[in-house]
Amino acid sequence: MNTPANPIVNPIAKPIVQPSPMTQAFWDAAAQGRLVLQTCTACGTIRHYPRLLCTHCFSLDYFWKDSPGLGAVHSWTHCHHAFHPGFASELPYTLVTVDLDEGVRSLGIWKGGDQLALGMRVQGRYDSSRGNLEWLFEPVSI
Amino acid sequence: MSLKDKACVTGIGETIYMRGSTQTAFELQLASSLKAIADAGLKPTDIDGVIPVGIVSGTADDFIENFGIPDLRFSAVIPHGGASPVMALQAAAAAVAAGVCRHVLITFGRNVSMGSNKAGARIHNMPQFHYVTEFEYPMGAIAPAQLYAPMARRHMELYGTTVQQFGEVAVACREHALLNGNAVMKKPITLEDHFNSRMISDPFRLLDCSLESDGGAAVIVSAAACANDTAQPMVYISGVAEGHPDSPGSITQRPDMTSLGIGKAAKRAFEMAGVTHADIDVTEIYDCFTYAVIRQLEDMGFCAKGEGGAFVEGGRLKLGGALPTNTHGGLLSQAHVWGLNHVVELVRQLRGHGGAAQVKNAKVGLVTGYGDMGDGALAIMRKA
Repeated sequence: MNTPANPIVNPIAKPIVQPSPMTQAFWDAAAQGRLVLQTCTACGTIRHYPRLLCTHCFSLDYFWKDSPGLGAVHSWTHCHHAFHPGFASELPYTLVTVDLDEGVRSLGIWKGGDQLALGMRVQGRYDSSRGNLEWLFEPVSI
Repeated sequence: MSLKDKACVTGIGETIYMRGSTQTAFELQLASSLKAIADAGLKPTDIDGVIPVGIVSGTADDFIENFGIPDLRFSAVIPHGGASPVMALQAAAAAVAAGVCRHVLITFGRNVSMGSNKAGARIHNMPQFHYVTEFEYPMGAIAPAQLYAPMARRHMELYGTTVQQFGEVAVACREHALLNGNAVMKKPITLEDHFNSRMISDPFRLLDCSLESDGGAAVIVSAAACANDTAQPMVYISGVAEGHPDSPGSITQRPDMTSLGIGKAAKRAFEMAGVTHADIDVTEIYDCFTYAVIRQLEDMGFCAKGEGGAFVEGGRLKLGGALPTNTHGGLLSQAHVWGLNHVVELVRQLRGHGGAAQVKNAKVGLVTGYGDMGDGALAIMRKA
């Protein structure tokens, strides 16, 4: 009935992404492994998180532009306490805030070990191998 | 027209702060409201304005019904979490200064033990956090500690702010709480205790995080012209302002994630009050996390950006220090009632009713609110 598919790995479900009508296309792309960013049709300004209006020219028109998901570390936190039971089995985990090269930021799950520093080059990718869609960042070797 | 000295805080009330209360949030809110009204020497039917803080328990209609208010002339909802109480001071001062009403009740109650009003449980249900709910919550950014920690980490990396400096804030608040009979935390702590406390969301340890409490608090803001008729020493609201950060709904997207809304408000409030930082005898600073105190001190101009860590060293925030802060123990050690307890405490200090925690000759003080990822407000008050 309510038994999870794999109770050993994840006995309590994590929260899942709930798209809005505006962001459905963003998450549809994410499910295909693509990061897309909302881009103003009128002036080309990229905005994130998605919103109705372009702050630069107030146009309502936009399209979704593919991003390679490259950027630099802006900040991070190592999480040692589960504020949701779905994350209890993952502690500690690290959340990283990244300056994407397009000029907006992204928050994801860090998969690069303990060595983090401001400005460190990173690559984002979607992964759904563990069930829920996850947005991960890893270091870029230069 | 300026709001300078147009309004006074004439009444203050608090319930016992605790965990495990069997009273509902609205019962606690009503109890503290009645105390504040009695403290002012007013009757419940004298209240003609109501601002319930947040949308947590009683509504303005609930107060009309329970108090039998014959003609409520003003009500407002201010949806900015812990910034709401001080923002409410501005709204109330504006309402009474304009003659809309005479006595505004600002009131709050919460019971985290009975309900699911804990921060970690509520953020994703609050509309102002929809970006966090959609993009960050599913990745494991659940609670304020996890959302605010990157601000603190970046501050540490850019300016060299240290864990020990966070600890200075925690220790000062705890020392003050021990002087307050209505503080939840009863045991002294040291910088070592702070350092050794359990890691929650790095760099925040347990003792960097505020409490979750059951309780109610309330204040009455009255038109200055009406305040002479009330029971307590006059405390004027001399300067008050609110400010909102860029990207208020998401710290992740904020152009400078260490900057807070209070930075925009501080200059307005100081100019309105006509005082300088050196004139401030006591401050009650919203302390959801230790770091938040350090950063607000910077953003308000008590020190330069990046120097907040050094500023709080050496006991500056303790009673007897140069800037006694959170003389009631704050959210860190007295109780978390969204900072309305900070407003209550500042008024108590300026009346000279601070008891064992009284700052000597306190004439001018400052209280801040901080909520919902960085919305901010401050009020500068003075005794008559």
